[in-house]
Amino acid sequence: MSDLRELYQAVIIDHHKKPRNFRIPAGANRSAEGYNPLCGDKVTVQIRLEDGVVKDIGFQGSGCAISTASASMMTESLKGKSLAEVDSLFKTFHELLTREPPPKPDEAQLGKLAVFTGVREFPVRIKCATLAWHTLQAALKEEARTVSTE
Amino acid sequence: MSVLTNPRTARKKTVREFDVRKIREDFPILKQKIHGKPLIYLDNAASTQKPQVVIDTIKRYYETDNANVHRGVHLLSERATKQYEDARIKVQRFLDAAQPREVIFVRGTTEAINLVAQTFGRMTVGAGDEVVISHMEHHSNIVPWQILCEEKGAVLRVAPITDEGELRLDEYEKLLNPRTKIVAITHVSNTLGTINPIRRIIELAHQRGIPVLVDGAQAVPHMAVDVQELDCDFYAFSGHKLYGPTGIGVLYGKLAMLEAMPPYQGGGDMISSVTFAKTTYNVLPHKFEAGTPNIAGVIGLGAAIDYLNGLGLDNVAAYERELLAHATEALARIPSVRFIGTARERSGAVSFVMDGIHPHDIGTILDQEGIALRTGHHCTQPLMDRFGVPATARAALAFYNTHEEIDALVKGIHKVKEVFG
Repeated sequence: MSDLRELYQAVIIDHHKKPRNFRIPAGANRSAEGYNPLCGDKVTVQIRLEDGVVKDIGFQGSGCAISTASASMMTESLKGKSLAEVDSLFKTFHELLTREPPPKPDEAQLGKLAVFTGVREFPVRIKCATLAWHTLQAALKEEARTVSTE
Repeated sequence: MSVLTNPRTARKKTVREFDVRKIREDFPILKQKIHGKPLIYLDNAASTQKPQVVIDTIKRYYETDNANVHRGVHLLSERATKQYEDARIKVQRFLDAAQPREVIFVRGTTEAINLVAQTFGRMTVGAGDEVVISHMEHHSNIVPWQILCEEKGAVLRVAPITDEGELRLDEYEKLLNPRTKIVAITHVSNTLGTINPIRRIIELAHQRGIPVLVDGAQAVPHMAVDVQELDCDFYAFSGHKLYGPTGIGVLYGKLAMLEAMPPYQGGGDMISSVTFAKTTYNVLPHKFEAGTPNIAGVIGLGAAIDYLNGLGLDNVAAYERELLAHATEALARIPSVRFIGTARERSGAVSFVMDGIHPHDIGTILDQEGIALRTGHHCTQPLMDRFGVPATARAALAFYNTHEEIDALVKGIHKVKEVFG
């Protein structure tokens, strides 16, 4: 149960039930779709990028608690960030979930996103937590294709 | 037991005598703990566990009899060939096929269907022709036909189902016409557990001279199948869903159909003579078994069939009916649980969703309780679309499951609700 509580922390359940920025941002000029064929999770990330800064960001789609909360918290943490900052945060977040040996969470940079450390204990769920982030990368690179975690 | 025993009471007694505790002893994997809890394996529609006798048979084959089949004159090759061909006879009897040579060994149900699509299908389906499947098919009984239809300029027609997950027989019948060259349909749905009225489906097709392939992957582990009584033209199943090894499956085909079909793959064993100018193909069943087959898999499958025959498929079916009824009743009492698939005739699997909780989260939380079940689209994406869900959780039962395990599943689902507050 303790591992489960690590995975399904209150903040994750909260973002799952009440996803933030679950909308199409006005004037969005970057967009990509992500898909996890294993569980059927689908997410669309849309961004209004101006002068290399994420002015607004939203997402839509359906997925499990981990993927929905991850997308929701990602949008919250990226608003107002420059492309370089976004890239750096993506790397830190990705390493938090996948690097061996596990890094010590950089809480200063990650903020609330550090709660996803618990996902490491559930290897098959890591893709759920990273789906929105990979989709974000595709949107920023303007890759007009569906991103798949498989 | 008296020979005058009333068959109804006798059957009741058999069910009671189905000693699940003793049967579980035959399955070494079930003895382990998962996350500190006893393993409760409810993913049997994906793959079943193997009894010790299957594991031992494969081990013994490799330790004492391993050699290639239908080749050398030496004793090991003779022993391997004998066991390989004996297993074919076991499959023949298991399906009540007329002859052993109607049994073709393949890798699994998927390969069996691809074999028929690529041989019989390419031979008979032309531009503008039609292939009929149903809305509840596994991807393995959709994609091979799509590939064929694309190649030939043919049309794939899909028989609809009801909201309960039953085939619309009337609509199915309307789809059958002179352009229909084959019907390919599942016996039991892997996602919904629906048992299709397969005899009637075949009858309606045959009235119009249309051959029928039956995907029996989810049927053979749960009920006795008689291919001659069904009168199906092809019947496919997988060994690993029948308590046998992975990588082995069966295509049954009526002799006349198999004789008329061109080979699927070329290579050794499927020929009777080869020159650079011309090759003469081998007789059935070897015509469809190119290359060294999965000999250990075939012999292991034979052992699995012996094991099931020992339990008695009728006993298995009766016990599993009780389990399924228990699971359905118990899950129905949980307010946030909604079934996907409520057909009158069901076998094996119960699919469900929960309000506001994604099946993957259900699966992860249940796994922490030692409960293994499948969550996802179960390789039936069109069916998920039909019911408007991205995925389901599926409890798929086998005869080694117990009533206590069903109760543990219900407890586990309450835990899921607790985590999600």
